[in-house]
Amino acid sequence: MKTQTKLNKIFLFVSLLAIGFAACKRDLKERTANIEALNPINADTNAGNWKPILLSKPDEFAMDAPIAVSSPDYKLELLEIKSRQNQITDAERDAMEYWASGSVMRWNEILRELVAKYNLPPYQNADGTYPIPSAANPFAYPNFPFSNPPYAARAYAYVSAAQYDALVAAYHYKNVYKRPKPAETDKTIQELIPIAKGYCYPSEDAVAAGSAAAMLTLLFPGEQEFIQQKLAECKNARILAGANSRSDMDAGEKLGRAVAGKFIARARTDKAGSAVGNATDWAKFESDAIAKGETPWISQESPKRPPMLPLFGKVKGFFMDSAEVASQRPAAPPSTNSDQFKTETEEVYKYSKEYNRTNLAIVHRWADGVSTYTPPGHWNAIACEDFIGQHWSEVRWARNLALLNMAMFQAAICCWDAKFAYYNPRPSQVNPKIKTWTGLPNFPSYVSGHSTFSGSAARFLGHILPSKAGDYDAMADEASNSRLYGAIHFRSDIEVGLTMGKAIGDKAIALAIIDGAE
Amino acid sequence: MPLIKKSIPLIFCLSFSFFVSAQTDLDGIMMTKKNLCIGPSYGHSSWKKYWEGELLRTNENIGTISTSMVNIMGNYGITDNLNIIFGLPWVKTSASAGTLHGMQGIQDLSLLAKYRFYNKEFKKFRLSAMGQVGVSTPLTNYSPDFLPLSIGMHSKNLMGRLIADVQHKTWFATGSFQYMVRSNVQLDRSSYYTTRLYLTDLVQMPDMWNLNFRAGYRKGEMYLEAVADKWNTVGGFDIRRNDMPFVSNNMDAFRVGVNAKIPIPKVNGLTVVANAMQTLSGRNMGKSLMYTAGFFYILDFSKKKA
Repeated sequence: MKTQTKLNKIFLFVSLLAIGFAACKRDLKERTANIEALNPINADTNAGNWKPILLSKPDEFAMDAPIAVSSPDYKLELLEIKSRQNQITDAERDAMEYWASGSVMRWNEILRELVAKYNLPPYQNADGTYPIPSAANPFAYPNFPFSNPPYAARAYAYVSAAQYDALVAAYHYKNVYKRPKPAETDKTIQELIPIAKGYCYPSEDAVAAGSAAAMLTLLFPGEQEFIQQKLAECKNARILAGANSRSDMDAGEKLGRAVAGKFIARARTDKAGSAVGNATDWAKFESDAIAKGETPWISQESPKRPPMLPLFGKVKGFFMDSAEVASQRPAAPPSTNSDQFKTETEEVYKYSKEYNRTNLAIVHRWADGVSTYTPPGHWNAIACEDFIGQHWSEVRWARNLALLNMAMFQAAICCWDAKFAYYNPRPSQVNPKIKTWTGLPNFPSYVSGHSTFSGSAARFLGHILPSKAGDYDAMADEASNSRLYGAIHFRSDIEVGLTMGKAIGDKAIALAIIDGAE
Repeated sequence: MPLIKKSIPLIFCLSFSFFVSAQTDLDGIMMTKKNLCIGPSYGHSSWKKYWEGELLRTNENIGTISTSMVNIMGNYGITDNLNIIFGLPWVKTSASAGTLHGMQGIQDLSLLAKYRFYNKEFKKFRLSAMGQVGVSTPLTNYSPDFLPLSIGMHSKNLMGRLIADVQHKTWFATGSFQYMVRSNVQLDRSSYYTTRLYLTDLVQMPDMWNLNFRAGYRKGEMYLEAVADKWNTVGGFDIRRNDMPFVSNNMDAFRVGVNAKIPIPKVNGLTVVANAMQTLSGRNMGKSLMYTAGFFYILDFSKKKA
């Protein structure tokens, strides 16, 4: 009987442990949740003089003068702020705090989310061919787009660059119209978040939102409802916070959309739409490689999938034209018949054979494959998380992300140009014993996309945040090596890719030095 | 000399996709006081078809996924009514097609306490009921982020199970219900997409429950039973079209199978066990056929040393 009591106690104890374990609910802390509000040290009120990317001048798109702060209509706008502040809900407060971290950063995160969502290769047709997503019918399977790394690199560049130009225009008009903040006109309005110095018409948050929403609708046409909902949330948040009145927001959105129109027109003719190529193109890459006496790349997927965006090397970037891309193409990789190629294949086989948990973590940290925001998105995440502590203005955020993303877009173009000029096989094609520690990308090996993206991003970010330059270089090296450790790239692919990427990063730095922001 | 007493020990492992558990956590019988039943088993499961969400499909880029497992299991009777059960599996996976590398290694140690709180003989049958709590924890730093080739999910789990067992002469039936709370899982990467983008390396794992029913013939050391088994994930999300599986998917399965235990003649305490389980329906799971075989030996520590 005594033993029985003791056992009951043990059982009770274990049960209590169980309840305790279950009770400690497993919440996640996301890195950019509940971060501090954007509160620029320098409001960059002169940013209207910075050099835009596509705009010929900051007032290329005309902007109506705001209604006078003394007008009855404006008084109604102020009344709207006060009445909404009086009945603020918890959900509204959460949205307000979310957007207070910065419109440019939040739209960058939204774009990353859409890239991850749409980064799925289409399933094959019954006859073993593959369907191609259509922008004309984004809701039909396969949904448009397949936001693979080149598509994503271009999307990040266009969204960031459009935001930057729209913000240069906005900062120009702020100083033209000089509208004071709502709380300066009506002292009873509370400012619920920190608000940058300078004038409030148009709202920089709305300009960033309007330009992003317009670009995203082009790039992710199946997401209009989601994009509109985010836009409305962003605009509401600023009004509720007492930072802007409704006309600041509406005018800002309108200006953002107008500037984005110029980028949309460019994007429609930048040749990305034809980068998929056709069966004749695909066959020619193979026959050209054979004619040179090389082993051509062959898809390792089953059924064989056409290579990813083979004509992306012809897309019009922001830094280099097609002729310059071709002229700066890296030298050919080691011939597939050479001893060096054999040696490099052996090296990959060594990484395939030997399980190493540290290397596997590196491979997976940088894999950025299917269902992720891709390597350019990963570098956007790194950049944004480091930018948060810098207390920059919205326009500086946009400018730095625009240069970063234009560099990675150019990196994608140059990398794809090399891949399809040389059409080099993957290690596991030439040695089927090579098994990979991550998914094998479906396009030629030389040069490594991860290495090119990372080289360009690390080099440019090192210019923006010199105290972290060493860290960025180390990250780029690690990202680059991860493809060798994963047994999907040769050493030549990663080394040449990294060098090429750094040269492209230098082009972004050259632009940064002369745009008036430094 | 080891003795088999009135309760019948039977241990072998069964794998549920990536979960490995002890037979004895599912059955309605107890190990006798100061007896240890211990032994190895080998299991193999494979699947060519899998459910992508609710769509049954094949994938030529992985072919057939095979999982082999060696499991050391033990069940010790602290008293006739309180048993401690442990399991320690080594798992190896491979894909028959495509380029993805298989994985292998020691998986999760599970430790369970099983307590019989009710045991009564009626005129025509005997009825018993048991409660069980346990934990499992990964013993190595394997990656759960390489499904379907990861050797496990790498969560720490807390399990509670209620078991009812009824026996009439040599016929018996056992039913049990388990709830499993799973800890967050840490990935090597800093973000992932499920139904939205997460900017963290931690993944919240949905809980799971299991309903298990088994019935058959039980006499002396012999044992023959049919099993029906339902695993359900509480929450989680579906694999999207042509996506890869992910740790926090909504993994469900309904399986049926048979178990047999045969005593080895003339070797007291030695038993051979065999098991086969077929997944009939599921969600975000392989449609697997699994079999296991093993042998176990009973050591009796109850006798005083001379």
